[in-house]
Amino acid sequence: MAFENEKKTPSRQDGLSGDGSVQKTGSMAGNEGASANGAAAENGKPEYSLNDDRRVKTLSPSALVIKRFIRNRVAVTGLVILILMFAFSYIGGLISPYRQDQVFYRTELQNQDFAGVTENTDFRYVVKEGASFGSVEQAQFVLATIQKKDAFEFRGTSYRLDKLSDVLYGIYSGGELIAFASCDVVSSSVQGVKLPFELQYLILSSLAEGGGSFTYEGGDYTVDEDGGVLLGKEEVAYASRYIVQPIMSDVHLTRQFKEELIESIQNGEDSFSFTEADGSVSVYTVVFNAAMKNWNVRQETETRVFDTYSAPSKEHWLGTDKNGMDMLTRLMYGGRVSLYIGFIVVIIETTLGVLLGGVSGYFGGWVDMLIMRIVDIFYCIPSMPIIIILGAAMDMMRVDPQVRMIYLMLILGFLGWPGISRLVRGQILTLREQEFMMATEACGISVPKRIFRHLLPNVMPQLIVTMTMSLGSVILTEATLSFLGLGVKFPFASWGNIINDVNNTFVLTNYWFIWIPAGLCLLSTVLAFNLVGDGLRDAFDPKMKR
Amino acid sequence: MKKYILKRVLISMVILVFVAFIIYVLMRCLPNSYVETIARQKSQQPGSKSYQEWLEDLNASYELDKGIIPGFIGWCGKAIRGQFGDSWYYTVPVVEKFKSVIWVSFFMGAVSLFFELIIAIPLGIIAATRQYSRTDYAITIIALAGISLPTFFFASLLKLLFSVKLGWFDLYGLVGRNYNYLSRTGQILDMGKHLFLPILTLVVISIGSLMRYTRTNMLEVLNADYIRTARAKGLSEKKVIYHHAFRNTLIPLVTIVGGSLPGLFSGALITETLYMIPGIGYTSYNAMVGGDIPFSMFYLVFLAILTLTGNLISDILYAVVDPRVRIS
Repeated sequence: MAFENEKKTPSRQDGLSGDGSVQKTGSMAGNEGASANGAAAENGKPEYSLNDDRRVKTLSPSALVIKRFIRNRVAVTGLVILILMFAFSYIGGLISPYRQDQVFYRTELQNQDFAGVTENTDFRYVVKEGASFGSVEQAQFVLATIQKKDAFEFRGTSYRLDKLSDVLYGIYSGGELIAFASCDVVSSSVQGVKLPFELQYLILSSLAEGGGSFTYEGGDYTVDEDGGVLLGKEEVAYASRYIVQPIMSDVHLTRQFKEELIESIQNGEDSFSFTEADGSVSVYTVVFNAAMKNWNVRQETETRVFDTYSAPSKEHWLGTDKNGMDMLTRLMYGGRVSLYIGFIVVIIETTLGVLLGGVSGYFGGWVDMLIMRIVDIFYCIPSMPIIIILGAAMDMMRVDPQVRMIYLMLILGFLGWPGISRLVRGQILTLREQEFMMATEACGISVPKRIFRHLLPNVMPQLIVTMTMSLGSVILTEATLSFLGLGVKFPFASWGNIINDVNNTFVLTNYWFIWIPAGLCLLSTVLAFNLVGDGLRDAFDPKMKR
Repeated sequence: MKKYILKRVLISMVILVFVAFIIYVLMRCLPNSYVETIARQKSQQPGSKSYQEWLEDLNASYELDKGIIPGFIGWCGKAIRGQFGDSWYYTVPVVEKFKSVIWVSFFMGAVSLFFELIIAIPLGIIAATRQYSRTDYAITIIALAGISLPTFFFASLLKLLFSVKLGWFDLYGLVGRNYNYLSRTGQILDMGKHLFLPILTLVVISIGSLMRYTRTNMLEVLNADYIRTARAKGLSEKKVIYHHAFRNTLIPLVTIVGGSLPGLFSGALITETLYMIPGIGYTSYNAMVGGDIPFSMFYLVFLAILTLTGNLISDILYAVVDPRVRIS
């Protein structure tokens, strides 16, 4: 062995590296072998005689545990998964270029209904102010036109019809024009101005004659054959068979737009482009609706929308969720929340459990009896339904998500301690009877010190195993609650509430990237905690093996 | 033995009273505005009682106007006589609703327990007899994966595979849309088809712990002295394992399975909700989320009774099955 050490010496110049420090103290003790080989001693390479105890490498109990644990390949795999998960959640969140609540947008070309065009084939009635020409009279009028009469009577009033063209009738009663029926409609070129009744009639009658001019209230009006009406040189109105109405009430359609639109409809085109006054060109599609006998004019507009459920891409490796947030980043932050809640809850339950279990086991008697009955009672309380009820109550009271998370941890912790306290009590009951406890009593060590410094460290192995395992189950419980929408709430992410989206069958069917990664993260983390716990149990208690 | 059972039953009763008290206090501690909000919502439904009547109704059945202790005593008195009031969510008496949904849950639980037993116990024994073999590792990992599998995730995967991709089963519900037109046998088959995925979920989720439990206990027995003796006698390995070891492994198994029998009635809260199976679990989930205090109260107490009965049965069975316990 010494020979081997010597051979290695040249390659390892610094004798303090590795396990050198331990061995150096050995050589300082003035061992025969070490002094015989001066060079090796200087380099910290000891030489023990064959029967020297120090040749046997002794390991501390914890080192033994670590060694046994490392030999367990399955458990080490679990540990590696855990480390990766922690790195993913805590470091990943720092590296990720996005925030967890950063919303992404995309621009989408949307065909929005812009206007509707109807060709007017029915008579429209315009009634003079103060006169009445109701629907029954209108029906009588239609009857009269069909029968080609030029007058009709209704309820003692006689009406005279003045036919100017097939599409324009003047209706007189008592020698006065009270209404006219026309298929053409006169609209004002100026927004918001209503044309007087007489003027409308004059315009239409000139149009029926194929254009012309007339004077109305001192103004000279000219009507061209297309229906345009000029007051002097200025266009004030126009008459048209087509009615073009914008869908949005705040849009005013210019006459030029309407004319070009109608022209393209008459030519049977299904798309139409229009150059606005400012020179920009917009494209519209025109769809004829046979059932309604009208044309829908749709405008293609660019709309900024939430980038929801976008497929995985270079920018978003796992796509985006229903709010347009980056899925991978949500997953990282969700992991943080899940792990964070798991740790806090386990710390709460362990503290309570160890305290009560320790006291119960150590003192025995009525204290033990009391605490164990409390444990029995807590065992019987159905925790999941209670948490669901409290969650629903918090929903109704609109508790702030942050506060809610704290409540959730407290409730889970407070309902979870009985198992740990039973375990601690059981261990302490057996340990209490052992000699070392008698020794502590004989030494006069105080009671709290005896419990917490001498008894509890002996319970640690089982405690660590249980804590690891229950970390997994707490994460699972939290995820289930969040999945039901009663745990961690938006805007906070948690693996459970990320999967919650799967309740929407469309997401279940089409967007695997929303819920499968979160489910796998959850599964692997919980599995890893269980594997590590299992490995630790075997490592702590070699009796169980073989 | 009789004395032991009697003592255990009495202790259980006392614990039950305390559990019911805690549940009652919890319900009372729900902020007053919460109860009022629900009463207001209820009163706004068409044809409903007035708001004031709803509040009075609640007061009458839960004695909210009295102090906590007298109120609890009053509630207990009614509960013993089986009067749990009317459910707010379902607008029928709580007990009536319970009777109409419990058997679906029981059937689901019983079938999945059966499959659990015939799958988990043999696998656990195989894992124990071939400790540290590849089979053992595989079984252990499967068992742990089953424990770690989130119910909702697994159920979603099953739905994606069987309902969406293959189209074999419906996504939700207990009966299909043309259930009413089917013959009696057809109706039963239809229900069975709808229960397949929920039962599969339940089996896979709960198989792990029983498998591990069997393995641990079998290992303990296999390390016992009398097994070494049996081997030393020259018995065949088959006889050692299935005659000597397995019978002794049955002791803890019988206790734990016996203890889980009352749990068949508790329903699977999450699984039923995921598949919308109208069992006790889904029914009470809706009631709890909908703020139905009478039903929730009943369900919580019912669960506590089931847990206590389970513990009682497993304690008694332990004494019955294992003569060593009886002597001490």
